[in-house]
Amino acid sequence: MAKILVVTSGKGGVGKTTTSAAIGTGLALRGHKTVIVDFDVGLRNLDLIMGCERRVVYDFVNVVNGEANLQQALIKDKRLENLYVLAASQTRDKDALTKEGVEKVLMELKETFEYVVCDSPAGIETGAHLAMYFADEAIVVTNPEVSSVRDSDRMLGLLASKSRRAELGEEPIKEHLLLTRYNPERVSKGEMLGVEDVKEILAVTLLGVIPESQAVLKASNQGVPVILDDQSDAGQAYGDAVDRLLGKTVEHRFLDAQKKGFFERLFGGN
Amino acid sequence: MNIFDFFRANKKVSTASVAKERLQIIVAHERGQRSTPDYLPALQKELVEVIRKYVNIESDQVQVALENQGSCSILELNITLPDR
Repeated sequence: MAKILVVTSGKGGVGKTTTSAAIGTGLALRGHKTVIVDFDVGLRNLDLIMGCERRVVYDFVNVVNGEANLQQALIKDKRLENLYVLAASQTRDKDALTKEGVEKVLMELKETFEYVVCDSPAGIETGAHLAMYFADEAIVVTNPEVSSVRDSDRMLGLLASKSRRAELGEEPIKEHLLLTRYNPERVSKGEMLGVEDVKEILAVTLLGVIPESQAVLKASNQGVPVILDDQSDAGQAYGDAVDRLLGKTVEHRFLDAQKKGFFERLFGGN
Repeated sequence: MNIFDFFRANKKVSTASVAKERLQIIVAHERGQRSTPDYLPALQKELVEVIRKYVNIESDQVQVALENQGSCSILELNITLPDR
């Protein structure tokens, strides 16, 4: 049974697209046929993060409007056999997507793919609502910072009340918390909310903690999903998150501050 | 931390715990609001209009609150009438 997964947050800039790219790629790496769909109409960026920006011919809105079929619009990843991208439209107005149009495309995708990963735009407007409306599971991306946590709580409320599952009275969307840009050093100094704090406030099961990492920018510079950098902390943390998503029990890593050497403690600034 | 920090007084409450406390309060408050039905503001507006037919009041002189107590809900209506 195909699954629709939404990556959402409410707040912008917390790492939704980075996460969509990493989780989608991770699922494909583990042998599952996966498509990542960009719902951010007008501000598409998933194509850049995935490194396929020059191969976009038709997009999501073209398919909804019947100007192209799915086969024409799906962009096959050059690295992985099982991975496809459906880009958002760049030029049209943001009301180009309708509930009926999105439903039609998602149902068609469910016939050929095991996982449909929906990269939600920021905010709680139409695009974000449509991205989560048909979801079976949701990954709520949160930074350990007050405005992000508050917006995530708002988003969790919407997932529980404004989705199709909620409206039909079906089993609710399965919610996962993904804490990104986590800095264990700052947490240990009491400058940043810790994992336990955020878990306690939001009361959602933890899918993973992605450490603040230089690898994320390096990967996006090159259009390579960070999960493919398996030497990096962020890449490994995303790998663990994908394993947990698939039902494995994996211990959380990168939660503790690195022990500093004697000289670093003595002279090492922060 | 470096060697000079040892000489500073460092007894402030951590900013992270301030953040946590603030979040717990605002999140609890907003969750409470979320459970109120969507029709409440419209109900309040219409009530004000009806009362205005008879008494001259401002819209902020009517307070509508819904309280859930187990299996029953109490709709509380508080109208401040102007002095005569």
